[in-house]
Amino acid sequence: MRTISLLRQLSEVVLAIGIAPLFVGWIAQCRAWLQNRTAPPLLQPYRVLRKLFHKDAALATDASPLFRSTPYVLFGTMVLAAAIIPSIATDLPFARAADAIALIGLFATARVFLSLAAMDIGTAFGSMGARREMMIGFLAEPALLMVLFNAFLLFGSTALPSLVDGYATHHSVVDPSVIFAAIAFLMVLLAENARIPIDNPATHLELTMIHEAMLLEYSARHLALVEWASSLKLFNYACIGFALFLPWGIAIHGADGGAAMLIAVAALAGKLVLAGIGLALIESLSAKLRLFRAPEYLAIAFLLAVLGLLAHLLLGTSAHA
Amino acid sequence: MSYVLGWMTATTRPEHALQFLVVLIAAWVVLAPVGLLRPHSLHLVAHILFPLGAIVSAAVAMQAGIDLIAGPTPQTMILPLGLPDLPFHLRLDPLSAFFLLLLGAAGAGISIFSAGYFRVGEGSAPALHGLQYHVFLASMAVVILADDAYLFMVAWETMALSSYFLVTSQHRIPEIRRAGFLYLLMAHVGALCILLTFGVLQGGSWQFTFAAMRGASLTPFWATTAFTLALLGFGAKAGLVPLHVWLPEAHPAAPSPVSAMMSGLMLKTAIYGMLRTSFDLLHVQFWQWGAAMLALGLFSALFGAIFAAVQTDMKRLLAYSSIENIGLIFAAIGLSILFAASHMPLFAALALTAALLHALNHALFKSLLFLATGSVLHATQQRSLGKLGGLIRRMPWVAVLALVGTLAIAGLPPLNGFVSEWLLLQSFLFTPQLPHAFVNMLVPLGAAALALTVALAAYVMVKFYGIIFLGQPREANLSHAHDANKLERLGLGWLAAGCILLGVLPQLALRVAGPVTGQLLGKTVAPAVSLWRIAPVAPEQASYSGLIFLAGIVGVFGITFVLVRLIAHGRTRRTAPWDCGYPWQTARMQDTAEGFGQPIRHMFGAFFRMERDLPAPDDVAPRYRIHVEDRFWRTIYQPVARSVQRIADGISILQGGRLSVYLLYSFITLLVLLVFVL
Repeated sequence: MRTISLLRQLSEVVLAIGIAPLFVGWIAQCRAWLQNRTAPPLLQPYRVLRKLFHKDAALATDASPLFRSTPYVLFGTMVLAAAIIPSIATDLPFARAADAIALIGLFATARVFLSLAAMDIGTAFGSMGARREMMIGFLAEPALLMVLFNAFLLFGSTALPSLVDGYATHHSVVDPSVIFAAIAFLMVLLAENARIPIDNPATHLELTMIHEAMLLEYSARHLALVEWASSLKLFNYACIGFALFLPWGIAIHGADGGAAMLIAVAALAGKLVLAGIGLALIESLSAKLRLFRAPEYLAIAFLLAVLGLLAHLLLGTSAHA
Repeated sequence: MSYVLGWMTATTRPEHALQFLVVLIAAWVVLAPVGLLRPHSLHLVAHILFPLGAIVSAAVAMQAGIDLIAGPTPQTMILPLGLPDLPFHLRLDPLSAFFLLLLGAAGAGISIFSAGYFRVGEGSAPALHGLQYHVFLASMAVVILADDAYLFMVAWETMALSSYFLVTSQHRIPEIRRAGFLYLLMAHVGALCILLTFGVLQGGSWQFTFAAMRGASLTPFWATTAFTLALLGFGAKAGLVPLHVWLPEAHPAAPSPVSAMMSGLMLKTAIYGMLRTSFDLLHVQFWQWGAAMLALGLFSALFGAIFAAVQTDMKRLLAYSSIENIGLIFAAIGLSILFAASHMPLFAALALTAALLHALNHALFKSLLFLATGSVLHATQQRSLGKLGGLIRRMPWVAVLALVGTLAIAGLPPLNGFVSEWLLLQSFLFTPQLPHAFVNMLVPLGAAALALTVALAAYVMVKFYGIIFLGQPREANLSHAHDANKLERLGLGWLAAGCILLGVLPQLALRVAGPVTGQLLGKTVAPAVSLWRIAPVAPEQASYSGLIFLAGIVGVFGITFVLVRLIAHGRTRRTAPWDCGYPWQTARMQDTAEGFGQPIRHMFGAFFRMERDLPAPDDVAPRYRIHVEDRFWRTIYQPVARSVQRIADGISILQGGRLSVYLLYSFITLLVLLVFVL
């Protein structure tokens, strides 16, 4: 029993690490189609990683050990997050180590490390990127937390596996707060993963970039790890969204059979395909906001989540009441 | 582990814990004046007195910790000191043991650091530092152990005075004298409120022992009066907005170990006093108190975080961050009162545990950071963030240890700051179950304010660490900076180890906080479902394991490192920074402290009073200057100061300086009295 759940845990992590770049590649593909461009191959992110791993690393003369170890820390935090989020099964030994609030803390750790590393070399772009990233971060965190509050009010737990189990056992729950929370979560997802309308993953225009500005000094294997960690972060956020709002198909507690796992993997793949199309659509349809509109954008996300909370409290429907 | 604990318990005999603690405090008092034998001998003070003081601190912490774990029963003691009919009462119960543990644990680190820090020629003589420092420590311990209002106030005033002398140790600088005066003034306004609190609490019995106060029954009006006065008095000491103005002045003025003591330890005595009054001495609690305290605490927290983000002086930044953390602790206490008054003792215990843990954590990481600024100050003679930078290369030890403190105070797992903030957020989650309509809807917004504060704290700490330790040195003389000496490293290391230990094994902290919530609320949150993780309410609801977090990150780090080495060849070339191909990069092009605070100034402009000097378009030597001020100065403090001045001026008319007039006053007074009597 114990070994089975450990195996399941391990396979989930390996799956996450493996298909995260594919997800990013899929979004790029959809974006290219929507924008009438010839799409890069689906496996392009893997090729880039391979290329980067085989290059010589060019390191700034006075880069400190903090700068060199940050890529590994980032990768470590994102892999740990992937181990906690129930993407295909809820019976995960690691998931008990952290609830969703601790997960936010884990993402914050990654953000702080990346910002510190960006300030390490002392270039103008690095510190600018760090400042902007931290600004987006502190605005997005309260909104994300309010989304989790919503989930807690529905199922009385902040642990993601319990939430998914809760959804599975309360099929009838249709609460208006969920819709508000889902929109808020989507907005936070876009902001936190450096997507349009807050940041543009494809830009290297100095004055507008946020995430890319922090990576300018990284090269070769360090850059590969940071990029991989970024794609894992997007994958993780998508899986949090699935767990909170579209939990169908995830193998819940007690469903141990191989069939359940197969269904779960298939469901995950389907959801990722759809999510990729959706993200590409959003990114193609919206324009990038000016940086100082970002607080407004995130304030809207926050208010939507709070509205959901109030709607829930006013209507007074609760699954466990 | 339990075997070791059992052995230690057997050897130190908990029934004599209070006597042993009194002996330890007496040891501090004895150590204090020894240095005066040779007032200018740095060797005596630095290499003998401060290390001995550190050992005493560690012993205090150990005794208090053993007492908490061994399941304490309150012990009382009457000292044959004091006024004829007013002997000193002492009492050791879980609440005081917890705060003694905090005092001893953080105090030991600060004492070791101080041994390496104080030098001849900086302010007062080393012997005077030793005297005031140990009196300060001892008076804080007595405040925590006092069991009557008389001894409490004597110790409280001793604490205020000894710290005043420490703050003004460089009294030749006018600004420091001014900061010291402001501190002393606010300390006395607060002490006055506390005195009045005790006056109300005795409830007409005119007995000033705490035992009598516990027995007194007050009407709701007088109970609320006592609570309000206590909130004012202890709030002034703790730095609750709007009584916070002395903090950002006094903390930078003091030598760094003293700032660490004040911020890390002395503010906690105010927390202790607040807990003692509102949970122990007052026999009733109203939910309105909790709501008011929660609102005040959250406002302080947000206010402190926003102001910390725009500071340009590293110690002022930390002082504002203290206001933020104190606000969080007060918010947690308020939430606990709110739950307790609504008859939900388990959730009240959860919130109180969060408050206690955050107090302990703050004592560790804020002391660590203040001490680190001390090392930076010695190495560079600079307090202004705009003139620092790149110290991670010159001062690797301080940089690494300060990084631990930075990550801890930013509330990041797996360090200790995260645990208490996590517990606080968890307790906020239960507020919708409160039986008061509207309150239960507004309080979740409090959780949002809390989340914003915590996230802003991370912003502030990235600014603090990034500008001091990372990047390029902003001044030429920074290349001569030297790392901290061995004793300083040891002190910093002790505190950093505490941050890591309590973050990775929060069960330990929950274990020592358990008896306190048991004493005050009759409930204890479940300390641990297993050795690995904590789950304060129910494991399926929420659980957290710092150990697995650390193991996970370190494990993946290691595996990735090895794998990357195996796949990639690992060759590295050192070159100039890329920086988008721009070769004329200088250290002046990095973000300054002002620049890093700019988004905050932009977003929270309503909080500040800003004065900007912008250069004209045709300036030959353009200068940009911005001055950010607290609005409370102009709206509250200056009008109060002006009216006090005006009243004093009015009264001074009486004081003409002529003897004959004074004799006339006496004569008129006598006449009036005669008329009154007849």
